[in-house]
Amino acid sequence: MSIFDLLHKSPFKPMQEHMRIAVRCANEVPGLFEALIAGDEEELKRRKDEIFRIEMEADNLKNDMRIHLPKRLFMPVARRDLLEVLDHQDSIADVAQDIAGLLVERKFEVPKALEEPLRKLVAECVSACEFSLKIVEELDELLTAGFRGKEADRVESMCTELNGIENTTDELGMALATVLFDHEDEMKPISVVFWYQIIQWIGDLADHAEKVGNRFRLLIAQ
Amino acid sequence: MEIIADQGTVFLIIAGVVSLFMAWGIGANDLANAMGTSVGSKALTVRQAIIVAAIFEFAGAVLAGGHVTGTIRKGIIDSSSPVLLENPQYLVYGMIAALLAAGIWLLVASHRGWPVSTTHSIVGAIVGFGIVGIGFDSVAWSKIGTIAASWVISPLVGGFVAFVLIRSVQKLILDREEPFAAARVWAPFYIFLVGFIISLVTLFKGLKHLNLAFSVEVSFAVSGGIGLFVAAVGGVLIRRVQAVGEESQKGRFSNVERVFGYMMIFTACSMAFAHGSNDVANAVGPLAAVVSIVQSGGEVTQKAGLPVWVLLIGGVGILIGLATMGYRVMATIGTKITELTPSRGFCAELAAATTVVIASRTGIPVSTTHILVGSVLGVGLARGLGAIDMRVFGTIAMSWIVTLPAGAILAMVFFYIMRAIFG
Repeated sequence: MSIFDLLHKSPFKPMQEHMRIAVRCANEVPGLFEALIAGDEEELKRRKDEIFRIEMEADNLKNDMRIHLPKRLFMPVARRDLLEVLDHQDSIADVAQDIAGLLVERKFEVPKALEEPLRKLVAECVSACEFSLKIVEELDELLTAGFRGKEADRVESMCTELNGIENTTDELGMALATVLFDHEDEMKPISVVFWYQIIQWIGDLADHAEKVGNRFRLLIAQ
Repeated sequence: MEIIADQGTVFLIIAGVVSLFMAWGIGANDLANAMGTSVGSKALTVRQAIIVAAIFEFAGAVLAGGHVTGTIRKGIIDSSSPVLLENPQYLVYGMIAALLAAGIWLLVASHRGWPVSTTHSIVGAIVGFGIVGIGFDSVAWSKIGTIAASWVISPLVGGFVAFVLIRSVQKLILDREEPFAAARVWAPFYIFLVGFIISLVTLFKGLKHLNLAFSVEVSFAVSGGIGLFVAAVGGVLIRRVQAVGEESQKGRFSNVERVFGYMMIFTACSMAFAHGSNDVANAVGPLAAVVSIVQSGGEVTQKAGLPVWVLLIGGVGILIGLATMGYRVMATIGTKITELTPSRGFCAELAAATTVVIASRTGIPVSTTHILVGSVLGVGLARGLGAIDMRVFGTIAMSWIVTLPAGAILAMVFFYIMRAIFG
């Protein structure tokens, strides 16, 4: 035995790596919708395959982390809390995958009026994910600072800012749904139903990003 | 008595060789672990660690190692026991047996990667031969009780001190708006602490065996002076740290860590010093016992002085051990510890060194490795480390249960062999 047996590999670096992968998934979504709007089926399929591939990467890393986080490790944060943050991180990738899958399965048409609000919503939700990634990237700084003090305050205010971004996405989502409602009669009824589903899922991207931030508060609090 | 007169030189040679063997084991194992933390946090290269160890292990042994050596030499076995008075050579056999037992146990255990405390091995071995070779009552059980208690308490003390240190670092430096600027301000104070504490504990009321007597006030003054000198040197080094990429996200603390990297040079020295003050005795104490009996022609006295050359044998042996096998251990630790950043390493090492040096001053043999483990845990409790494997504590407990009897039994066996050969 030597001193190094005492210091187990820190779980924080893999956490940050996982979040980067999950947000890469989210970053593919705007391109996905551009392809949909342009009616480019090949591009759509390509984007969807890419998202599926990245999502599997995220899953593998997540499972790897779960295996390598035994209960006997003493960490500055609660193990349960850390695993919950991981779950929400992973949900971002999962939702992106759901969206991509549905867009390829059903041939959606995008009414002209929907294009702008849709783009705005997607952009804002992805930016929520990016912001959430910034928070997760603060993990090693938090560790150095001992999860307290100025650094903890910084991260706390970042979480609050993220709450604000998510509120904006809620409003944009409602705006999009309103436009959808106005054009319901021009569209196939079943498509409309699934459009509401799509809008819900896009919003979920931001929701999960926000949850990551909220769980982070628990990590710090202890 | 005649045996001693006849075979005295033989005994001295055997004892010297076996003591060197034990010292080599201590260097390859114990010291490698102690210096490994500095290598692991990139404060020193392996080569620099060996140089630091060379200077400060010796210094620790010579300046501060006398008390623990005295305990091991004469504090565990009561030399006024009637069996010993009649057969003083039994003490010679026993001490040689103890060294052989502990040394071999060290070899076996480290080969298998078991956690091993050199201190526990030698104390267990001495108690072992004391029980069978001389008599149950010849062992100073109350002393053993104190020592055993300190084996439990010292890692806790190390942990507590480390916790206080890392919290102070968090509050004074890491928590500030400008951590790097704060680090440059506070670093000299911390470095002063290193020099001051180690000096004070060592010099308090003087160095008996070097015939230097200090009053309490002089002790404080000299220690303060040494502390200031060390802080000044440190201050010069710190000035060389340039701020690199301070604006970047990752830059904020990496500059602080670079300052602590320089600070760790001083704690690395103090770790080597502390280790020398406590663990050289494990190899040298028994040798000193043999030397004093042989030189007095069979008289087992409590009062004999400690020849400095005996401490030197221990120091040399340890260094050879560190430079040969310990080299690899430190290099391995170096590549595998990425989590112990300098700010953490500094606090853990200073806490451990302080605790060990205090124990050395009070003449109590302790396990430097276990204290270092306790100190690292203390840092972890302040939420300063990513993940600490608590399984290590189970292995430490196991090692206690196994090492003490193993050392004792091996020593008993070797004692009987010695007695059979030499009568």
